[in-house]
Amino acid sequence: MSAVELAPHGADTDKPKAARGDIAWRWWLVTPALIVLLLAASGPLLIVLVYSFLEPGSFGGVVWNFSTEGWFQVFFTRDIFDETVAPATAHLDIFWRSIKLALYTTLITAILGFPTAWFIATRAPDVRPIWLFLVTIPFWTNLVIRTFAIQEVIRNEGLVNNILMTLGITSAPIQMLFTDFAILLGMAYVFLPLMVLPLYASMEKLDFKLLEAGYDLYATRLKVLWHIVLPLVKPGFIAGSILVFIPAIGAYVTPRILGGGRNLMLGNLIELQFGQGRNWPLGSALALTLLVIVVIALLFYIRSTAQPEGRRHG
Amino acid sequence: MGKRNFSIASLPGFGVIAMITFVFLYLPIVTLVVYSFNEAASMARWEGFSLRWYEAALNNRQVQDVSIRSLVIASWAASLATILATMAALATTRNERRFPGQTMVYALINQPLMVPEIVTGVALLIFFAMIKVSTGYQGLGYLIAAHTAFCIPFAYLPIRARLETMDLTLERAAADLYATPLQAFRHVTLPLLVPGVIAGFMLAFVTSLDTVVITEFIKSAGQDTLPTYMLGQMRRVITPEMNAISTLFLLLSLIAVTVFFLLSRKKA
Repeated sequence: MSAVELAPHGADTDKPKAARGDIAWRWWLVTPALIVLLLAASGPLLIVLVYSFLEPGSFGGVVWNFSTEGWFQVFFTRDIFDETVAPATAHLDIFWRSIKLALYTTLITAILGFPTAWFIATRAPDVRPIWLFLVTIPFWTNLVIRTFAIQEVIRNEGLVNNILMTLGITSAPIQMLFTDFAILLGMAYVFLPLMVLPLYASMEKLDFKLLEAGYDLYATRLKVLWHIVLPLVKPGFIAGSILVFIPAIGAYVTPRILGGGRNLMLGNLIELQFGQGRNWPLGSALALTLLVIVVIALLFYIRSTAQPEGRRHG
Repeated sequence: MGKRNFSIASLPGFGVIAMITFVFLYLPIVTLVVYSFNEAASMARWEGFSLRWYEAALNNRQVQDVSIRSLVIASWAASLATILATMAALATTRNERRFPGQTMVYALINQPLMVPEIVTGVALLIFFAMIKVSTGYQGLGYLIAAHTAFCIPFAYLPIRARLETMDLTLERAAADLYATPLQAFRHVTLPLLVPGVIAGFMLAFVTSLDTVVITEFIKSAGQDTLPTYMLGQMRRVITPEMNAISTLFLLLSLIAVTVFFLLSRKKA
């Protein structure tokens, strides 16, 4: 097939004009999509950067004077009376909480997701897509609905408390809603498919003969898992972790519904600045700080995926 | 691939955890659906089967409005995103070497997947506020534009996947038979591409229906969509009407995703 296909392209290289025409044609085709993306996704991020260096307007919006106050307020507070500068502990707490909750979420999804992906990957090839489909259905269900469903299950009059009380395990309902536990549970629930799918993708390619070889050499199951399986599915693990971590650190809906307004995450803190806080420069600076955390995570991802690639070619 | 030996591949406890995962994934959804048929106004107990909450939901004027708005936005956004993504996919496949700038094109197309929704929401809030002030336009265009951009990567991925697995010798055969590039595209490439395009559309449609955070940030007054309406209702006392709305919404997504699943399994 490739010989047939290559022939006309080989001819193209003899005629640079045709190749140039090909490239121009390709650019014409992608340009409309790029314009929409630049206008309604990527471009406005630059405006956020500009806004983070302006003064807040009294009813929201900005006053067009240069100011670093927005960025200053991300990390520090100034006393209203004596102007003493102290670290903005409220903000730093929320940063730390968000990172912590996002990492825990990643860990929980990995603990549940790894055996699940393994289970699917070891089914007969014709039923695997059905199991995978079962994992993806909740993922394509609306985020608000899924979070609402979790709320229904863990609320004081909810299913879990009803069961616990009927069984006589507790006499009064356990307060689960509006706690960090609720946020963690909700995020693990919502993002779990994002861990399972890449893990499955890397397990599907696994050569199971390697496991057989391991057992033939008297390795225990644990040793096979640790020395053979884990290194081979590492790319899936890393991809899954990044796919879970990014939306988890920026979560807004889940902490809003399950955290009950008291247990804020970074996303809620940002929203607050554009709502009641009326401090758009601070909100912009906070949003960019979140973006920086995400970029750091992505760089980490690119670095860790680049390595095995190099080894494979070496 | 060789035969898989199941006793070798099985790891103790993994099956159990997998089952726990599936219960974890479906228990909340099933509970939600079951309680939508509850006669009682409170969700504390089961008082018998009833369709009253469906009746209430379907007769709720506000629910009708936000549902129609959601569908209008999703139809526009998914259609536009699918057209743009199909063009982009045609441009970025079927070449041996990447054209200059192709890596950047990939980065731009996938950018909405990498940036947290809240950051995009903030950026669009600011940008659209500027446009609103200078043009005075307050309509649904902002939401449609934002959803279109956000849906492009979701439409693009299945279409590109389809193009990459297509047998292109047919296209070449058409060219050998003196079809013009346009004729070859219209009569050979496009019919083969259709399942990918529909799959992309379905994914984009569901994505638009799911988009909450971006919508919440950029909607003007009276522009609630179904998810932002529900989000707003969460602060109040919730009746099983919410379960009924959720169940209907769930059904809609399920249909779209099933169509996507069946089409993307079809071999090129």
